[in-house]
Amino acid sequence: MADTVEFELVSPAKLLRSEPVEMVVVPGAEGDLGVLPGHSPLIATVRPGVIDIHEGGSVKERIFIAGGFCEISPERCTVLAEEAIEVSAIDKAAAQKRLEDATSAWQNADDANKAKADTERRIAEAMVAAAV
Amino acid sequence: MANLKDLKVRITSVQSTKKITSAMKMVAAAKLRRAQESAEAARPFAERMERMLGSLAASLGGVDGAPELLAGNGKDQTHLLVAFTADRGLCGGFNGSIVRQTRKMAHKLKADGKAVKILFVGRKAHDVMKREFANETIDVVIGIGKKGVEFHEAAGVADRITTMFEAREFDVCTIVFNRFQSAMTQIVTPQQLIPFSPAVVGDEDEEAAAVEGPKSVYIFEPDEEEILADLLPRNLGMQIFQAMLESSASEHGARMSAMDSASRNAGDMIDSLTMTYNRTRQAVITKELIEIISGAEAL
Repeated sequence: MADTVEFELVSPAKLLRSEPVEMVVVPGAEGDLGVLPGHSPLIATVRPGVIDIHEGGSVKERIFIAGGFCEISPERCTVLAEEAIEVSAIDKAAAQKRLEDATSAWQNADDANKAKADTERRIAEAMVAAAV
Repeated sequence: MANLKDLKVRITSVQSTKKITSAMKMVAAAKLRRAQESAEAARPFAERMERMLGSLAASLGGVDGAPELLAGNGKDQTHLLVAFTADRGLCGGFNGSIVRQTRKMAHKLKADGKAVKILFVGRKAHDVMKREFANETIDVVIGIGKKGVEFHEAAGVADRITTMFEAREFDVCTIVFNRFQSAMTQIVTPQQLIPFSPAVVGDEDEEAAAVEGPKSVYIFEPDEEEILADLLPRNLGMQIFQAMLESSASEHGARMSAMDSASRNAGDMIDSLTMTYNRTRQAVITKELIEIISGAEAL
């Protein structure tokens, strides 16, 4: 069995990453998923959070995604994200601002838009948490 | 015989037209390259989403509780047509062919006794059809893809369609857009979005076959239905995004070739006008000479 898994991160605009990695941790909707080669086939929704790419026992790269889906097969891990940004590139102040905006929008939203505003708020929240 | 000054004025005016058209051609060519690149860059996402949707649909296959976005709401009474055109003209048959197709479909549906609603994306089709289909028009979305198509623009349109569908304002949704083939050819493509038609999934037959084996062993987290409920609206957004990208690439392609032939026509016209101008000038000179000579002979 190969000791790497083919990791693909795709956003609607383009293919962001396509590389073999040793392990990747995806923030699944029901808990983080550590994906190693030979993982059982799985399709899961992904919550807003950070994808960790591990190499040689430590985290090599951290990418923030605003939720999406992930498809895992023994040799591949594909993440479809609507928005993705490297953690180091997050502007903490901008993220904070986004959270404030989203929170106030959520508080003022009527019932019809509540769910949508809530999603946006969660994304912003996760983004602030991810920013270092 | 046209006088020299008129000809001169005419030539200058055609020349400046040519300058404009060839500049537009250049701009369109540059935009086309960018639009084409982003259309191609978006393909992996669409492909993977289709694959995922394919395996989900397969594992849900035939279950009665399939979401309405996938299976439809069992009715076929009200049709929503979404027509994708440009906001601007001067791009050959690009807008015209969409208008023609949409009109044909609308008339056919009406003849079959169905209700039709039309949502215009891009100003041009609406300009042409607003009289005839004033009652059917829902809205016009303009300003899409001014600086390259953004996903959130597509998501906005998709949200709107989903909301309308949930409010039972229509039963079947079809988009009409120009699929980009090459700079010279664009193919008018009607594509049914709701319910999810087999034609959409059709071109991934190979992939469907590829997942045939392992599909039953996929673990779903949370369960299929929840994922599907989440995935379907996004897929809708993606399909619309793709259509917008294709449409914008087609628009620039169409404009490029239209402007190319316009520039060429202007060139031909300048040539023939210059020819006439020179002939006329020569004729004037000859006439003057004859006058002088015959005047001298008469003495």
